[in-house]
Amino acid sequence: MAQAVETIVAPARPAERVAIQAAQEMRRRLLRHPSALAGGAIFVFMVVVAVLADYLAPFHPYEGYTVRNSLHPPGSPFWLGTDDVGRDILSRMIHGARISLTVGLVVQTISITIGTTLGLIAGYFGRAIDDLVSAVTTVFMAFPSLLFAIVVMAVIGPSIFNVFLALGVVTWPAVCRLVRGEVLSLKEREFVLAAHAIGAPAARTMLRHLLPNCAGPIIVVATLGMAGAILAEASLSFLGLGVQPPTPSWGSMLAQGRDFMDQAWWMTTFPGAAIFVTILGLNLLGDGLRDVLDPRLRV
Amino acid sequence: MLAFVIRRLVTVVPILWGISLIIFVLMSVVPGDPIAGLIDPRQGTFDPKAAEELRQQWGLDRPKHEQYLLFLGNAIRGDLGRSLHQRSPVTSLVAERLPATARLAIAAMLYATVVGVAMGILAAVKRNTWADTASMVIALMGVSLPVFWLGLMLMLVFGVILHVLPVSGMGGGDLRYLILPALTLGSVVTGVIARVTRSAMLNVIQQDYILTARSKGLADRTVIYRHALKNALIPVVTIVGVQTGGLLAGAVITETVFNWPGLGRLLVQSIFQRDLPVVQGVVLFLALMFATVNLIVDLIYGFIDPRIRYA
Repeated sequence: MAQAVETIVAPARPAERVAIQAAQEMRRRLLRHPSALAGGAIFVFMVVVAVLADYLAPFHPYEGYTVRNSLHPPGSPFWLGTDDVGRDILSRMIHGARISLTVGLVVQTISITIGTTLGLIAGYFGRAIDDLVSAVTTVFMAFPSLLFAIVVMAVIGPSIFNVFLALGVVTWPAVCRLVRGEVLSLKEREFVLAAHAIGAPAARTMLRHLLPNCAGPIIVVATLGMAGAILAEASLSFLGLGVQPPTPSWGSMLAQGRDFMDQAWWMTTFPGAAIFVTILGLNLLGDGLRDVLDPRLRV
Repeated sequence: MLAFVIRRLVTVVPILWGISLIIFVLMSVVPGDPIAGLIDPRQGTFDPKAAEELRQQWGLDRPKHEQYLLFLGNAIRGDLGRSLHQRSPVTSLVAERLPATARLAIAAMLYATVVGVAMGILAAVKRNTWADTASMVIALMGVSLPVFWLGLMLMLVFGVILHVLPVSGMGGGDLRYLILPALTLGSVVTGVIARVTRSAMLNVIQQDYILTARSKGLADRTVIYRHALKNALIPVVTIVGVQTGGLLAGAVITETVFNWPGLGRLLVQSIFQRDLPVVQGVVLFLALMFATVNLIVDLIYGFIDPRIRYA
């Protein structure tokens, strides 16, 4: 019992104390950063809307409400108007938030997983592995990623799962290059050399020592990459290559509204504004995180 | 300088080879028989003997690696195959649409560079004032704007509501038709250029030689435009090159929004018509354009900054 109490009240080791202090300092700086706060607030709002979409949407997103209600201008009971088949724009936008955020999260998970793994391996082992990974990333990055995604979607066909796949495949090289660069500079530092000296296996050195030290730049890139993924999904859906109707995606809602611009301005204005605000929020958050976590990347 | 040019040219070759390999692999996994795409449903049944002949003629009966070598050899000679839908060589379709895309991309880049650099300089010179904040807010908004939404909003305001500008097509070269597409396409790049210019100017302004220039009693205008700007523009040149890739992708969407008859529109149309030789050809050509622009930017970079040349 006495031993248990001793364990509980035992003071943190110096390294842990430093880490806790650093985290607290970062949180304090983040909370004082106006753009990070504004961006974070927008992002949290979008997440809440996406999670509670079933409860917040006043109408069903797929069902039209009588022909009389088609192209209903904004006003009660359709506060952002209706589309050409009488579906409530607000309800479809609320459900569209779920699609956009899901795409952003899944694509970033794929991209960060592949990019970080290959970046760690290439940077740590160097030589032929590094040459191979670097050559592949150079080829991938020598081509605009959205254009690449358009071609991949043209080949594998439009669906939300293919959007995850296409965007994940084309966005990992940027993460890989960043992590590789970080590892190259970290692996000559004393704490990594010490891990080598005590015979730590490569996997342990990479996961316990190198990866946590790359976390800052990875978080920044993931946040900005999420904005890029949401924008890319909207672009693909706008072109008809992404999420397919009747699933409410902001991009496909815009494409649909294009044919009714002279009669129903609300069909293009509101879904586009939702994309813009979400991307702006993530960019603000990403910029703020970069200032706090990795000022070297500041533009 | 010649050694630097040769070194850079040599590095482009494996990149283009890699891109050609990726495109070939992607096109190879497309389900279905490409020859079946040639069947005209209005003309009834398809002759299997003719199909076999076409397969042999196009090398589709050979192993994949031989098909790739054939594709690569043809591409090097400028033969990108024939369109399944329009029955004409892909190279001539690309040549037909290229001037429209080049016109749009050059206009967008000019607008983005002039406005972006001006905004960046203003923000740096008036650091921590309302002008700095306003410039950077506009730049951030530009970076966050979806190209297609901006295009539709400009169409709505200037075309549908005010009726002052045309919103569709190229109008036979009438410059008024270029305004909205170029503004739309350039907007995203403007924000990036403004942010990079501001950052580069702030870096340069803090250097000792600028302090020396100021202490000599030179006017602010002379210090900024004659001493600081030249060095600050080096990273801007790079970012302009890098952004060309984004501009090419943006052109695909902008051309779709404004029915602009360029390569991007051709690409999207071909995707929906399942005209894979055209998709493959346009993508390969755009990759070549992107690599060429990056090469030119690298050469300019090496020209204006000797440290790069001898690195």
